[in-house]
Amino acid sequence: MLSFEPYGNPTYFALLGVALLPLMIGLLYGKRSRLYETLISIFFLVLTFGGPKWTQGIALIIYILYEVMLTWGYAVYRKQKNSGPVFYLMVILAILPLTVVKVTPAVENGQASLIGFLGISYLTFRAVQTMMETRDGTLKDYQVMTFLQFMLFFPTISSGPIDRYRRFEKDYRSVPDRATYLGMVQKGVRYIFVGFLYKFLLAYYFGSILMPKLQVMAMHSRGGFMDLSWPVLGYMYAYSADLFFDFAGYSLFAVGTSYLMGIATPMNFKQPWRSPNIKDFWNRWHITLSFWFRDFIYMRLVFWFMKHRVFKSPRTTANVTYIINMLVMGFWHGVTWYYITYGLFHGVALVINDAWLRYKKKHRQSVPHNRFTQLFAIFLTANLVCFSFLIFSGFLNTLWFTK
Amino acid sequence: MDVKETVLSILSDLTGNDVSGAMDDNLFDSGLLDSMGSVQLLLQLQSQLGVSVPVSEFERSEWDTPNKIVKKVESLA
Repeated sequence: MLSFEPYGNPTYFALLGVALLPLMIGLLYGKRSRLYETLISIFFLVLTFGGPKWTQGIALIIYILYEVMLTWGYAVYRKQKNSGPVFYLMVILAILPLTVVKVTPAVENGQASLIGFLGISYLTFRAVQTMMETRDGTLKDYQVMTFLQFMLFFPTISSGPIDRYRRFEKDYRSVPDRATYLGMVQKGVRYIFVGFLYKFLLAYYFGSILMPKLQVMAMHSRGGFMDLSWPVLGYMYAYSADLFFDFAGYSLFAVGTSYLMGIATPMNFKQPWRSPNIKDFWNRWHITLSFWFRDFIYMRLVFWFMKHRVFKSPRTTANVTYIINMLVMGFWHGVTWYYITYGLFHGVALVINDAWLRYKKKHRQSVPHNRFTQLFAIFLTANLVCFSFLIFSGFLNTLWFTK
Repeated sequence: MDVKETVLSILSDLTGNDVSGAMDDNLFDSGLLDSMGSVQLLLQLQSQLGVSVPVSEFERSEWDTPNKIVKKVESLA
């Protein structure tokens, strides 16, 4: 039986084109066929999770039923009552499967958990967010069918972008007028073609051609200070380029495909290499993830800490929460020393960044600001980020701890 | 004090700037407000005006200028 990585090869794109065509003609004439959308969703989900990967498919089905039960149950409960402990319990239950999947390899010598499947993280983000908005009362009209469509929306199921329930629902319940939709098609097609360039040319070059060579060279040049060498530096840049082009390419496919379906899934990257500081970097890199962390972890924690006056100064509150926020992000990537160090690195970087921004604001007269400082800031930020990706890559683990 | 004056005084406390002369400037783009500042704003709105806004109601694009904030608070007060 056929089985595909989403957007993995030309056949997938050919099938996608054929499947989307009737849907696009429908949208052009102001019609959205729920039945047809559901059918092609199921078709592509079976392509991704069926055949040799059927165990993942079963895990996905059980997981979805479990999350529907929790979010639906909580939505019904929330109409009557609103207790804190019940809410916390429900959130813990909602992230339990993901936690098991992330912790299992660390305690079972790299063995993957049986309940895992491609995209479990991204589905968990969507479910938890739905629950939190239900708790806040911002999401009043929870619908099981909409929730299912939102969770199982096939273009974004494997690696995001992470949409929001209410935003998705608004698009899904309406049909864009013809001019708007034509604009979306134009954008969608362009995104997909830029995606080809990113993923199949640039990411392929950096990831499959350059990186392995540099890796071999770096391993041969071990022995110096912390085993560092020029090839390690080269690897750092090649890995960063690969990470960016691979993921930005995938995201362009996912957003482009959504647009063709008349759903304006939010963008994931916005010229991240132009960021003048780390704080701005997180507004431009893997945006839907970093905004998810901002809105559902950072802001909520800060709110809670301030309301209960846990720390004396707002500054301490912000700093502690930065570290917690980025550490959680690190752990989410996986329970290894390099992911956690990566999280800590970015947490500390944000704290320092904020202190610097405060200093700069206070001493506006004495801190120079011109084109050169701006370029220097961009250069420094990009290099700090690349260094953090070297940690993230796990290559230092290979470099230091293998024979 | 009316809503507008209160909001402006909260904003000037938070940002250290008098924003009344730039009612349509984007507070996030200029770096005057960030996530931390947003949460402080929500807490102040609650304590000074009794307007309670849950964090998930805070959609940045709807709260990014002094004018928008005033309008938003007036609609909730």
